[in-house]
Amino acid sequence: MRVNFWKYASPQSFYPVAGKLSPWFLGLAGVLGAIGLYIGFFVAPTDFQQGESYRIIFLHVPAAWMSMFIYVVMAAWCAIGLVLNTRLSFMMALALAPTGAMFTFIALWSGALWGKPTWGAWWVWDARLTSELILLFLYIGFLSLHAAIDDVRRADRAAALLALVGAVNVPIIYFSVQWWSTLHQGASVSLTRAPSMAATMLVSMLIMSLAAWMYAIGVSLLRVRNIVLERESDADWVQQLGKAAA
Amino acid sequence: MTAMGLAPVITAVVWRDLTLALRRRSDVLTTLFFFVIVVSLFPLGVGGQSNVLRNIAPGVVWVAALLASMLALVRLFASDFDDGTLEQAALSPQPLVLLVAAKVFAHWLVSGLPLVLVAPLLGLQFDLPVGALGAMTLALLLGTPCLSLIGAIGAALTLGVRGAGGLLALLVLPLYIPVLIFGAGAVSATVSGISASGQLSVLGAFLLIALVLGPWASAAALRIALE
Repeated sequence: MRVNFWKYASPQSFYPVAGKLSPWFLGLAGVLGAIGLYIGFFVAPTDFQQGESYRIIFLHVPAAWMSMFIYVVMAAWCAIGLVLNTRLSFMMALALAPTGAMFTFIALWSGALWGKPTWGAWWVWDARLTSELILLFLYIGFLSLHAAIDDVRRADRAAALLALVGAVNVPIIYFSVQWWSTLHQGASVSLTRAPSMAATMLVSMLIMSLAAWMYAIGVSLLRVRNIVLERESDADWVQQLGKAAA
Repeated sequence: MTAMGLAPVITAVVWRDLTLALRRRSDVLTTLFFFVIVVSLFPLGVGGQSNVLRNIAPGVVWVAALLASMLALVRLFASDFDDGTLEQAALSPQPLVLLVAAKVFAHWLVSGLPLVLVAPLLGLQFDLPVGALGAMTLALLLGTPCLSLIGAIGAALTLGVRGAGGLLALLVLPLYIPVLIFGAGAVSATVSGISASGQLSVLGAFLLIALVLGPWASAAALRIALE
């Protein structure tokens, strides 16, 4: 079966598809999350160094992965939008940004909660923590630039350009920060030691990551539906939708 | 009418912007004194022990330079945008990328270069050794053009936007972080007796990347703003 993807680049035909797909993704996220948390809390063994506190890893690591992954996906949608001039691409980018920012925040917050019992500090100026914080700033910059411009078309394109500039900068920032933290700090805290992780821990972490991924897709699809409705509120088919619902 | 060659156009843009800046000297001086005042506040805040000051001097001078460059950026394209000059520049047969590069260069001459020249004096107030003063001047010489080039993207994106000043800071300051790290790192290295050549080379590399990509991104942002 050949699917004509161009057809779904139109907000009108994507709207019902997103509506059908998002419950599936959210349901999958719920199921996977339940399985992952069960393995994480009841099957995975207690860590002999960190005790029970390490179990926040099942939230922390998926959130950190998703925070970076979503930025890349968002920048990719922005690039597609700028190149192909497809409105839906910009809407997808805008729909992804709040979820990405949320995962970044969760990664920072859960990291602080994890850092207190294991390192004895809520925050250390380690390369990973610092770049995660900067990533949060980039998300906030994207969202506030979009919010500050009233003309939707200009807002889309300006924010997309900013996301691409950020995507070029992210590796530079990451390596700068890494070099800076190795210059300034001794090995008081090492996040990079290779943990000989029990297989059940790894499995749970991967399942939780999948759950976070599915959640991100499901929620973004819901959000993109709202954005479509908001922007196309003058279009005929949206008016019809309103009448059908009433 | 034949189109003018590129070199005369670029010199014309630079001269025009320099002339305009000299007619509004207070703008230039505001940036410079902002820099001086911010740096001078730190000894008042943290106390005047010279060993503390020597340690914080690189970071303080660089953060102040970042903020001062932000302050000047708001004016980079704003008046040309308001009176339509920018629109004409975008319509002209010369590539907008080069016109933007010329504007950024002129902007750096009036807002970045004065900081570079006054920074050694501030370094003396922080009891920096002479070698570190040289490294700081060199690092600022390489780093402040990067700030202007990166900042120009933000200035172009926020043209005519509500609350452009604050928004500009939010967009641009995270992108300044690599320059801050290596700029301050160069000075710190010299203070602790290590050669700063590594940091200075990286700053030079940043400058080359910013020179190639910055005007191009700024021009794209200007086209979005002018649509």
